[in-house]
Amino acid sequence: MAKIKTIIDGIEVEVERDSWAIDVARELGIDIPTLCYHPALGPYGACRLCVVEVTKSKWTWLATACDLPIREELSIKTNTPEVIRSRKMAMELIMARAPRAESLFPLAEKLGVTKPRFKCRDDIGNCILCGLCVRMCDQIIGVSAINFANRGHKRIVTTPLHKKADKCIGCNVCVEVCPTGHVKTLDDGSFRHMQTWDADLEMLHCLICDKPYIPAKQFKVISDKLEGIELKRICPVCRRKETVDNLRYAVVEKVS
Amino acid sequence: MPKLGTINELTAYAQELKAQCDPSKPCVTVCGGTGCRANHGLEVASMFEKLLKEKGVCDDIDVRTTGCHGFCAQGPLVVLVPKGVLYVSVKPTDVEEIITSSVQADEIIERLTYRLPGTKKRIAKEEEIPFYANQKRLVFAGSTKMDPTRIEDYIAVGGYSSFRKVLSGVEPEEIIDWVEKSGLRGRGGGGFQTGRKWRSCRKSQAATKYVICNGDEGDPGAFIDRSIMEGNPHSVLEGMAIGAYAIGSNHGYIYVRLEYPLAIENLQIAIEQAREHGLLGDNILGTDFSFDILISRGAGAFVCGESTALMASIEGFVGEPRAKHIHTTEKGLFGMPTNLNNVETWANIPLIIEKGWQWFAGIGSKNSKGTKVFSVVGKVRNTGLVEVPMGITLREIIYDICGGVPDNRKFKGVQTGGPSGGCLPEEKLDLQVDFDCLTEAGSMMGSGGMIVMDDRSCMVEVARYFTEFLTRESCGKCTACREGVMQMLEILDRMTTGKAEMSDIDLLEEVCLYVKENSICGLGKSAPNPTLSSLKYFRDEYLEHIEHKRCRAGICRDLTTFIISDDKCKACGKCIKSCPVEAITGQKKVTHVIDYDACISCGVCREVCPFDAVDTK
Ligand SMILES: Cc1cc2nc3c(=O)[nH]c(=O)nc-3n(C[C@H](O)[C@H](O)[C@H](O)COP(=O)(O)O)c2cc1C
Ligand code: SF4
Ligand code: FES
Repeated sequence: MAKIKTIIDGIEVEVERDSWAIDVARELGIDIPTLCYHPALGPYGACRLCVVEVTKSKWTWLATACDLPIREELSIKTNTPEVIRSRKMAMELIMARAPRAESLFPLAEKLGVTKPRFKCRDDIGNCILCGLCVRMCDQIIGVSAINFANRGHKRIVTTPLHKKADKCIGCNVCVEVCPTGHVKTLDDGSFRHMQTWDADLEMLHCLICDKPYIPAKQFKVISDKLEGIELKRICPVCRRKETVDNLRYAVVEKVS
Repeated sequence: MPKLGTINELTAYAQELKAQCDPSKPCVTVCGGTGCRANHGLEVASMFEKLLKEKGVCDDIDVRTTGCHGFCAQGPLVVLVPKGVLYVSVKPTDVEEIITSSVQADEIIERLTYRLPGTKKRIAKEEEIPFYANQKRLVFAGSTKMDPTRIEDYIAVGGYSSFRKVLSGVEPEEIIDWVEKSGLRGRGGGGFQTGRKWRSCRKSQAATKYVICNGDEGDPGAFIDRSIMEGNPHSVLEGMAIGAYAIGSNHGYIYVRLEYPLAIENLQIAIEQAREHGLLGDNILGTDFSFDILISRGAGAFVCGESTALMASIEGFVGEPRAKHIHTTEKGLFGMPTNLNNVETWANIPLIIEKGWQWFAGIGSKNSKGTKVFSVVGKVRNTGLVEVPMGITLREIIYDICGGVPDNRKFKGVQTGGPSGGCLPEEKLDLQVDFDCLTEAGSMMGSGGMIVMDDRSCMVEVARYFTEFLTRESCGKCTACREGVMQMLEILDRMTTGKAEMSDIDLLEEVCLYVKENSICGLGKSAPNPTLSSLKYFRDEYLEHIEHKRCRAGICRDLTTFIISDDKCKACGKCIKSCPVEAITGQKKVTHVIDYDACISCGVCREVCPFDAVDTK
């Protein structure tokens, strides 16, 4: 693969063609705020927080680093007044959309936003439409239980036809990646309730400790993916214990 | 019709069709465009057929249903060939008289001729009507003469001869050279050099490449591409086939919105006929070039006209744009090199090949060559489709061709480039209409929509209206456009309802500039245009709305008080009868009065007053 020269904040690097600018910058320890980027997912470019200033010969413009492939020599600056202004406005617009998303407050403050000058919405919870849940569920889990619906500011993440998400396997990846805690889940004994997607999943119990630990649907999807290799129905706690015990026996045997 | 197996067979077939045409044979052409159809144009056509048959003269006189003539407001249109007499607003009941007096005899039926608006003058000859006389019709020339459902009509007037020419041994690179030298730029709005785009797609190495025709035409009010697809579908197919040959592609798509059923129907018919004639399919005319076209139907989202969203839509995904650092000419449809052009762009190709790039480069302005079709609507006397050379002034289009502003009102502004274009004021009437001049003035060419406004249009409301459209059409993917355009609308709403403060102007400008620079796709990037351009040219109106809570045009209801002038009111009672809330009182010979407690500022009284006695305070 051909190497391409690029300068980020004055540091000259050689990168593989079509590396993503954000990965290159982070590798160099440069901090770029993001809300919709995840290294496991393809480029997306929705939140607009990761903007950087790009210069190519005599042209200079703002571009989001998360979906900027480096395919020719570029000079990238991550900290110019234009970049700071743009990120601040993006954050201000996001905060006007989800004014109660407390997990965003530190980032907002860092970018200089305290109270948005715009009319704030209060009708959509904390969803900022970063799309991480949708893309994780589709690209990584391969289930696609949820998706976007509607256009423009009416866009929401929802289940097919806004009904119970019958494809949802209850893996909770959406809950894990949601930057604002908008996606909610609740385990109560034998059921996992994916509250935001209106899905109730029956849990399987650990064969050792009998605690409910994984939705039956998720267990099945993983088992199917393993194609023949047996997946033991043991919860993570017991599995860890079992592994430790096995190791201990092995050591004891070797010593004696 | 047997398949044409060689280039020579096509040549012979074209000559045969041409020989069959007798230009002196009387023919009644009835416009079959969507506008005329909506006014019962097809019934007029079938009435002609029926009566000519009854009279036993259907062999001597032809009837032809053609594509759109662009003079839609006057439809249904009937043109008598070869006399060139145009009849407007023809009803089925007029047909008998037209046949006896005007086709079989030589009389002109006065009442069916076109009347020059604002005068008593009537004009019978189509070519003498200013609306037509001041245009330069190249792309549109064919539509009005041919039956779009007959490939024979197209071939008889020289159709597919350009395709034949390139297949007879012109090198693909040479075709691209011609297109590049012609100076043709994309008619879809961006104005990208067509030749350059083709070249970069040709250079991309891949086993499969695609050419696509963008027939999405999402600008409300624009119907240029629709009229071409309906009225001259073969010109689009021929352009695409030439492009595919030059680029090295064997697969074409035409993306048309479902709201264009007639375009889809006529394109489908044209594709089938071209296949039957061996002009599409495998080993076209015995050469080793194979090419076929499929129609892909869009659900009518504005954003699906954007190239990457359009391709996602053809692939069966939601029409959502992506960043274009990797061009679609390298990775487009299904990840393959793809060349996308607009309908009008494709329709220009056969002309350039036939008449030569030098001819094309001789038309238009310095950096914008050829003609452009505009759909001119709003406050002009003649609305319709207008094809003019690039570089003509706004004034020539609005006044010379479209007859100026009716009802003695004053011109105020013209929105060019559709909902995300800009609004230009009177000072800009002498601006040359081409890609660069429009952009420089803060507007754009867009796909050729033009909305003319008079002094009863409020520029703040106009900006608010287009912005509202764009909030609905934004796909909602990126923060800048989804949230930014919505906040623009929020502020504009405050302005038109008297709730804005002075600081709102700065905030509005700040968001506009942010959205323009930070959106993913052209929709967001151009969404601030209506607001920014009106802030530039009509700033005092914004200030008036905020500072004095006044809308001088009398459109923003919360900021409007109508008053009936003592001097002008003739106490005719018209306003009293029209007021929907019965807020006006008055008797004979006494100036009428508005009761402001009841008045809702709807402005109906001002509309109906024959003496211009109602005005804003
Ligand atoms: C929001 C949006 C809507 C668009 N709609 C259309 C359209 O309806 N028709 C069209 O030809 N181009 C449209 N375009 C432009 C296309 O993206 C593309 O540039 C064009 O089809 C390329 O063809 P051309 O080079 O022949 O102009 C649109 C662009 C944007 C950003
Ligand atoms: S600019 Fe608007 S339409 Fe384009 S991707 Fe962003 S949200 Fe979607
Ligand atoms: S991280 Fe790049 S746009 Fe969100």
